[in-house]
Amino acid sequence: MDLIDEPRQGENAPEFSVSEISGAVKRTIEGEFAHVRVKGEVGRVMHARSGHLYFDIKDDRAVLGCTTWKAQVAKLAVIPEEGMEIVATGRLTTFPGQSKYQMNVQDVAVAGEGALMAMLEKRKKKLAAEGLFDPARKKPLPYLPEIIGVVTSPTGAVIRDILHRLRDRFPRKVLVWPVAVQGANSAAEVARAIEGFNAMTPGGALPRPDLLIVARGGGSIEDLWGFNEEVVARAAAASAIPLISAVGHETDTTLIDFVSDQRAPTPTAAAELAVPVRLELLAWTSEQGGRLNRALAAGVAQRQQRLRDLTRALPRVDRLTETASQRLDQASARLDGGLNAFVAQKQIVLGRIAGGLRPSALRGLLDRNGQRLGSVEHRLPSGLARQTDQARARLEAAISRLRVDAMTREIEAQRQSVSQLATRLDRCQLVQAANRRQRLAALDKLHETLGYKETLKRGYAVVRQGKDGDVITSKSVAQNTADLAIEFADGVLPLGAATRKAPAKPKQSPPEQGSLL
Amino acid sequence: MTDKPVTEMSFEEAIAELERVVSQLDSGSVELDASIKLYERGTELKKHCEAKLKDAEEKVAKLTVSAEGEPTGTTPLDAG
Repeated sequence: MDLIDEPRQGENAPEFSVSEISGAVKRTIEGEFAHVRVKGEVGRVMHARSGHLYFDIKDDRAVLGCTTWKAQVAKLAVIPEEGMEIVATGRLTTFPGQSKYQMNVQDVAVAGEGALMAMLEKRKKKLAAEGLFDPARKKPLPYLPEIIGVVTSPTGAVIRDILHRLRDRFPRKVLVWPVAVQGANSAAEVARAIEGFNAMTPGGALPRPDLLIVARGGGSIEDLWGFNEEVVARAAAASAIPLISAVGHETDTTLIDFVSDQRAPTPTAAAELAVPVRLELLAWTSEQGGRLNRALAAGVAQRQQRLRDLTRALPRVDRLTETASQRLDQASARLDGGLNAFVAQKQIVLGRIAGGLRPSALRGLLDRNGQRLGSVEHRLPSGLARQTDQARARLEAAISRLRVDAMTREIEAQRQSVSQLATRLDRCQLVQAANRRQRLAALDKLHETLGYKETLKRGYAVVRQGKDGDVITSKSVAQNTADLAIEFADGVLPLGAATRKAPAKPKQSPPEQGSLL
Repeated sequence: MTDKPVTEMSFEEAIAELERVVSQLDSGSVELDASIKLYERGTELKKHCEAKLKDAEEKVAKLTVSAEGEPTGTTPLDAG
C-alpha cells in the first residue's frame, strides 16, 4: 500500500446537496446585492392574477427577471410598461426552484426626461387613436354651477387660490375630494376621486357637483407625472360631469389636459372659467330690468303719441263732402246751357254743308264730262282708218320685195356647182385607184424579192420537219427528227424517200440490216 | 320664447330668456297686449335671476374618504 494515494480531483472539497448549494448561493447573492439600482429597458410584463407583477429588464446583451409583490405594486410610482426605459431599485435574490436569480423591485423610476416624454407621446398617440381627444367629446361647462367638485390636495396654495377666486367672483358650494397630487398613489387617487364624484346622486346626502376641477400646482415633470397616467386620463374622459383641468403652470401640459372639457393654465384660471362674476351679472340684470321698464313705457308713450297724431289728422265729415257738392252744383248749372250750345253749333255746321248742295252744280259737272266725251268721240273713226292705211302700206312694201326669179337663179347656180363637184369626184376616184394598184404591185414584188423563196432560187434550201413543219436550224434537232424534208425553189423533197435510194453506211448499220435488204 | 315656467329655469336659461324679452320689447314691433305680457314675463325672469344671484352662499366642505376610497361624509374645510 502506497503512503501516497493517487490524488483524485475534488476529493477533498465538501459535498453539497442541491438545496444546500442553492441556499448558499441565495445567501451570497442576497448579501452582496441587498440594495441595487438597475437601469434598463422593460421587456415582457406580466400582471399575475395574484396581484404580483413579473417583468424583465434588459439591455442589448442580458436579461434580468424582476418581481414585485402585490403589496409592493401599490407603492410603485411608475408601473413598468414594455419598452419603457427605467431605473429599478430593489434587491437581488434567487428562485432555487428554477436555478434562477432575479430582482425584487421595490421602486421604479423612469430613466431620464427624454424617456418620460417618449412614453407620454406614446400614450398620447394611443388615446388620440381611441378618439378621447376628439373636440366633439368635449362638454360645455355650465354657466353657473351650483356645486363645484374640486379634486386636489386639501392643503396648500392650490385649493386656497381656487376658493379665493370663487369667493371674489361668485361664492358657490364647493366639495373638495382630498388626494395626493404627487407620488406613487397620486394617479390612482385622482382617478378614484373623479369616478367617485360621478357616482354621487344629484340632490343626495352628498350632492353631486355639476362641475369638476382637477388641480395641482407647478412642479417638475416627475411631480406632475401622476396626471400623465392613463388611468387618470381615462377617468377624466369618462366623466359625465364637465371637467376643468388645471395642472402645473401655464407651460406644463399633461395628459389630462387633452381629455378634459376645458384646460385652465392655472388653478386660479380654473375658478374663473368655473363661475361668472356675480356683481357684473347683478348689474346686468338690473339693467335689463331698466330696459324692460323703459321699453314698455316707451311702447305705451309711442302709441299714445301716434293716437294723438292720427286723431288730429282725422278731418271733419262735412269737409270731406264740400268739394264734391260744389263740383256737383257747378256741373248741373252748366248742363242745360251746354246742351243748347251744342245743338246750335251743330246746326251751323249743317247749314254750311246744306248750302253747297244745289242741282246746278251737278249739271255743270255732267256738262263738262259730256263735252270731253264729244271731243274724243269724233276723233275715233279717223284714227282707226289711219292705223289701217299704215299697216296696209307696210304689207305692200314687203310683198313688192318678194321676187320668184331671183330664187330660181340661185337654185340653178347651186345645181351646176353640185354637178361639177360630182365630176371631179369621179376623176379623183379613178386616179387614186390606179395609183394604189401600182403601189401594191411594187410592194408585192419587193416582198417576193425580200422573202426566202427568192433565196431558194439562188441555190439555198430550207430543212423542215415534215412537209410543212417547223424549220430545223441545227444538227442536233435534225438527228432526232424522223421525217425531215428539204424545201427547194421548185418544191419540197421528203428526205425519207431520198435516203431509201442511197446505200446504207456500214459504220452504224446493225447486223440485221443486211437480211432486211 | 320657451314655455318653461320661470321658476324651473337655470340661471343661464333665465338670463338668455330675459335678454330675448327685452330685445323684443325694445324693438317696439310687439302688439300692445303682447308687450304687456312680455313685460310681465320679463319682470318675473328678472326676479328669478336676482334670486339666483343672491343665492351666493359659500359653503366649502372636504369629503372624508374611507380606506376603500368611498366618500363617507364631509368636514368643513378652512383653507385660509
